[in-house]
Amino acid sequence: MNRGHASRANLMPGTLGIAAATAFLILFLSVESQAGTAVLLLGGAVFVLGAARFGGIARMRQSFTGNEGAMNLVVVAAALLLTGFFYDDHFTLLLVATVMIYMVAALGLTVQFGYAGVLNFAGAAFFGIGCYTAAVLTRNTALPHVLVLLAGGVMAALIGALLLLPVLRTRGHYSAVVTIAFTLLFKTFLEVNDTLGGPQGLRVDGMNLFGWRFNDNIEIGETLELSFFANYVVGSLILLALAFAFVRRLERSWTGLNMDAVRLDETAAACFGYNISRWKITAFTVGNFLAGLAGAIYAMMLGFIAPTNFTFGDSLILVSIVLLGGIGNPWGIAVATTIVIVLPEKLQIIQEYRFLLYASMVILILLFRPLGLLPRPLRSYVPGWQPK
Amino acid sequence: MNGTAETLLAARGLTKRFGGVVALEDLELEVRRNQVLGLIGPNGSGKTTFFNVVTGIYAADGGEVTFGRDTITNLSAQAVYRAGIARTFQRSRLMLELSIFDNIMVGNHRRLNQGLWFNLARRRAFRREFQDGFEQARELVRVFDPPLADRMFEAVGGFPMIDRRRIEICRALISHPQLLLLDEPSAGMTHEETTQLMDDILEVRSTFEGLTIIIIEHEMGVIERITNRCVVLNFGRKICEGTYQEVAADRLVQEAYLGIE
Repeated sequence: MNRGHASRANLMPGTLGIAAATAFLILFLSVESQAGTAVLLLGGAVFVLGAARFGGIARMRQSFTGNEGAMNLVVVAAALLLTGFFYDDHFTLLLVATVMIYMVAALGLTVQFGYAGVLNFAGAAFFGIGCYTAAVLTRNTALPHVLVLLAGGVMAALIGALLLLPVLRTRGHYSAVVTIAFTLLFKTFLEVNDTLGGPQGLRVDGMNLFGWRFNDNIEIGETLELSFFANYVVGSLILLALAFAFVRRLERSWTGLNMDAVRLDETAAACFGYNISRWKITAFTVGNFLAGLAGAIYAMMLGFIAPTNFTFGDSLILVSIVLLGGIGNPWGIAVATTIVIVLPEKLQIIQEYRFLLYASMVILILLFRPLGLLPRPLRSYVPGWQPK
Repeated sequence: MNGTAETLLAARGLTKRFGGVVALEDLELEVRRNQVLGLIGPNGSGKTTFFNVVTGIYAADGGEVTFGRDTITNLSAQAVYRAGIARTFQRSRLMLELSIFDNIMVGNHRRLNQGLWFNLARRRAFRREFQDGFEQARELVRVFDPPLADRMFEAVGGFPMIDRRRIEICRALISHPQLLLLDEPSAGMTHEETTQLMDDILEVRSTFEGLTIIIIEHEMGVIERITNRCVVLNFGRKICEGTYQEVAADRLVQEAYLGIE
């Protein structure tokens, strides 16, 4: 009784924080003028710094660790609320869904880079493999779209297997170079390959899950019509929730420990029986699968894909999301993806210079907050568990 | 059978070269079950190289190593660990950003269920294994330092050197190896801390029946106190062997250590 009460009180800071963040995002996404956007940004930054200064962020963190299930629901509810607010706004809903899809891909990168220490600068390429798989399968086969999604992930994982040998044989920065080469090759390959549309790209069918047609607007009664992108928001949210839960479980198991050990000290790990390659392969494959999965839904949402979506620059965006958010912390991914994807869309001044912006953000973070905006907490294997 | 007579680990003619440098030359060495063997010698005499060759970090250039009835020469580090040999490192190689518990569980790798399905899907079974692992790890840490056992989920990086040494030894012991290799456990500690750690090691030995130890150490007090026998290396060769008293009285040893002509 007493304990239940305590944990309910504890929910407040987290819920308030999410409510404030949601309200802020709604404002930020609705404001039209550039000046208004800038003012909001500044205000938001001051608010967050102030909250951090007075221990607000720490208390929010406690809410999340103390009542994980409840807080997860609060976040999902907030996302749905935001979607409801922009129910007929194509552009904003597309943006919201894009953010969620990028989160899935960034979660994949976290497993590779944040846990097992396998640097992957080909995130956009594996995302692209998912996209092209979806394009080819939806246009040329009658495969149910659930399987198309899975196929996107599986293809990315399989093609990633080609890179395994060089990635495993090299260490640290050298394996990063291997993946950079792969991204460049991938884009060139797409541009010269006429069956895959060459530089013009390919059309992709809209998603249809068990008769739920994602590209139809949703009509409720006579007067209310929701943008069809709301379907994709919900679809991506489901995918994101699954990916999030999966990555969480992975971290909270011996598998997560193994990946950490392999990242931190290969020699010590080998002296305790670790098959180093096994855990790197697992992380690399799992990560590419998530990126490919994200790519498949992204392609079906956009309806059209071209090689220019999958450049080295896009891979860098994924890496900067992971660095910015807090390496290995899924909640950090959520915050960082929102910042990195939404900011340039709203602040047009930045658009042209966005790579400059990402680069400077990453440098600042590495200099002043090397563990990221939301540093990863120590592993707790069973949430809420206390030693007796 | 007389337990003390049985050889657990033996090196025969073990040789390791790095380019022109001979780190181990034709080394003959034996440790019997349930004993503590001290490995001493000046810096660069091949002590740590011996550990690295035994544990599969370096490949030997000649000779063989047997463990119990098996030949383990040039097995991989992983296979040596699975055979029942665990070690600590001269420069403590803990994973500083992980918790004490995480670090100790790294040492328990061979006894934990590493299946992906088990880890991701069978959470109830995982929870039981986690609970068991936690109890064992905490028991073990308690032998060393009871207050430390209440801080199992704090990052290792926040603890002083003596605690890190303790944790490292716990990591090596958690999987119940037959042979423990301690590489200079007193490095970086004060005299008092060293004495304390040796008390701990002696106590652990009484809890782990049949544990055999090879210890590399520069502190002669430690060697005198905890070893049954000593082997002295110089330039990769064994120059003397016997009890601490015998070894300390040996003229060659005095020359190697003190430069007496």
